[in-house]
Amino acid sequence: MGLKIGFPRTLFYYLYYPFWHTFFTSLGFEVITSQPTNKLSLDMGVQEAVNDACLPIKIYHGHVAELKDKVDVLFLPRMVSVRKLDAETFCPKFLGLPDMIIHSIDGLPRIIDEKVHLARGWFPLWQLCRKVARHLEKGGWSVWKAYLQANKVQESYIKELASGISPQAALDGAITGSVQEPQPAPIPDVHLAILGYPYLIYDSFVNVGLFEKLAQMGIKAWTVEMVPPRRLEAQGRNLPKNLFWNFSNRTIRATFYYLQEQKTDGIVHVTAFGCGPDAMVDKLMELEAKNRGRVPFLTLSLDEHTGEAGVLTRIEAFVDMLRLRRGQHENIVSNNG
Amino acid sequence: MKISFPIMGNSYVAFKQLLEDIGHEPLVPPMPSSRTMTLGTMYSPEFACIPFKILMGTYLEAIEKGAELIISSGGHGPCRAGYYGVLHQKIINDLGFNTKVMIFDSFNRTWKDFVSKLHWLLSSGKTSWWNFYKVFNVVFDKLVALDEIEILSYQVRPYETEKGRTSREYKKCLEIIDQARTRSQIKEAKEACFELLSSISQDKNRNVLKIGIVGEIYVLIEPFANLDIQATLGEMGVFTQRGTHLSQWWKENTKSANHEAKVIKAASPYLRELIGGHGILSVGETVLFAQRGYDGVIQLAPFSCIPEIVAKGILPQVSKDTGIPVLTVFLDEQTGKAGLQTRLEAFIDLLHQRRQKRLGGAVS
Repeated sequence: MGLKIGFPRTLFYYLYYPFWHTFFTSLGFEVITSQPTNKLSLDMGVQEAVNDACLPIKIYHGHVAELKDKVDVLFLPRMVSVRKLDAETFCPKFLGLPDMIIHSIDGLPRIIDEKVHLARGWFPLWQLCRKVARHLEKGGWSVWKAYLQANKVQESYIKELASGISPQAALDGAITGSVQEPQPAPIPDVHLAILGYPYLIYDSFVNVGLFEKLAQMGIKAWTVEMVPPRRLEAQGRNLPKNLFWNFSNRTIRATFYYLQEQKTDGIVHVTAFGCGPDAMVDKLMELEAKNRGRVPFLTLSLDEHTGEAGVLTRIEAFVDMLRLRRGQHENIVSNNG
Repeated sequence: MKISFPIMGNSYVAFKQLLEDIGHEPLVPPMPSSRTMTLGTMYSPEFACIPFKILMGTYLEAIEKGAELIISSGGHGPCRAGYYGVLHQKIINDLGFNTKVMIFDSFNRTWKDFVSKLHWLLSSGKTSWWNFYKVFNVVFDKLVALDEIEILSYQVRPYETEKGRTSREYKKCLEIIDQARTRSQIKEAKEACFELLSSISQDKNRNVLKIGIVGEIYVLIEPFANLDIQATLGEMGVFTQRGTHLSQWWKENTKSANHEAKVIKAASPYLRELIGGHGILSVGETVLFAQRGYDGVIQLAPFSCIPEIVAKGILPQVSKDTGIPVLTVFLDEQTGKAGLQTRLEAFIDLLHQRRQKRLGGAVS
């Protein structure tokens, strides 16, 4: 095996890891990810990152701190844009992330912080792959083949994620090539749209096991990734101006989609304490849920002190309210006689 | 038509004339007060930054006074300020008002939209484009004059022998400029104001510290948002200079000045990407202030401002490399004047000690 390349298991990991994993391994490198977020990565992140940063950024610092001594190269792409849509980019913290990391963590190995800017140029993704490969002294056909392979795996990953299986299962499935069937579940009586950024939704340490709890309570959770991509993008027309942040656009469009489809009984917005873009997104979601059929809406704000009991209580209360509300609609005569 | 606009420092004096001269009735909203803040905080998202909240409050107060239209500037991200307009409009509608918020986005990106909005404004005010051109030039002169007077006040204040005198004279200056309507009048008024400020009795023997102020544009310019930090520092005997003034921002955006390119270059060893807002400028200005021999830098930012958080994460490195002390102040609706004052006093004590040490070291 060649060099060891480190990839932090947070932020873009949940959407783009299969691509980079396949790309690097086909080129003959070993990809090492950090442990799933845990108390240690959180503590290290809080210690290293600037104190005003939000939870996900702190956790990213923690993952980098954990990886730095285990790998030869750290892959910390600078996410600028992944598609061409107005001025869409990522949160400013993502844009400055490699710089923040370099200036706050000591003893880092070599870093590849190539700019992911897919809104510009011809075949931008291929150009990017070539640049990344050049950092690793690779060129020629092998890069092209790795690129094609990575695209294929990424595509099947997104498809599996859309079917509603957990991201870890989808990831394993996409990388090993086996197709996983979603587990047959009992027919749920409550459907909830759990919307938010992938690094909060799919990180069960950060959201204190939200999805496991929902499954136990017999609730079907719908996520942003489960909206068919074309339907998702079509919802863009509902706003006079697109938001500037890719993940935020996805979230708000998914909100419009679920409101339009009326498949869900309520909407839960999972957000990080102090998240800049979400201050805007959350208010928009709240207003839309109110104006389009008074759909019940809950904001679940997560930070480094979030406790399991607190989240559970709020979800339970919300679901109780939903069930009660439905009862009132269905039975005109109340249960109490 | 009664048109209102956000208050940002002394710029209202110029915008008032702009609206008047293109045939509308300007409605200057009340100066931001604790009531503005309370109103704004009540109806804004919890984690919106302080400029959003103050603007929200200002708009609601303007609507109370009968504003039919509110004009503001927009943007194209990734700073949240570019999306203020859409959300303000939605919140205003949700509260049951039908006042419209008209946002002027960057001319370079959406010139069609820009021109059509301007055309509507001019035609409803029965003003020709030629007249607008003339008015605009006058108003721009006014804006520059206002900034120059403000800058002079920061130079005079640390030396004033009678505390508070400069602030009083400065208020008079704003009134004098407000009265001036033509280019020649503005020029005269400006000279009168310079005269007025220079005639304040000064003690030039004072050991005055030099502090650079960097940060997010709104909290830099609006004294209510930054608890009048520049005047406070001035009265504590500190000369302050800030990187951003409104007339200069305007020049940058119309490509008639290129100071910004220099600042971005200065920031490039630390931050290699434009991160929206004024994040990269905060880093670059700090480097430049250090090179110009300033004693310290204060970074002002609204609480939860994303670009400034990134800048804050990088500034310790700048401070380490260049040796300039940096104090970061995050402002929100809870920030109290006394708390800020204490932090400033401590910072200034530190800077005085450093200066003495440096001078002492040179002598011995």
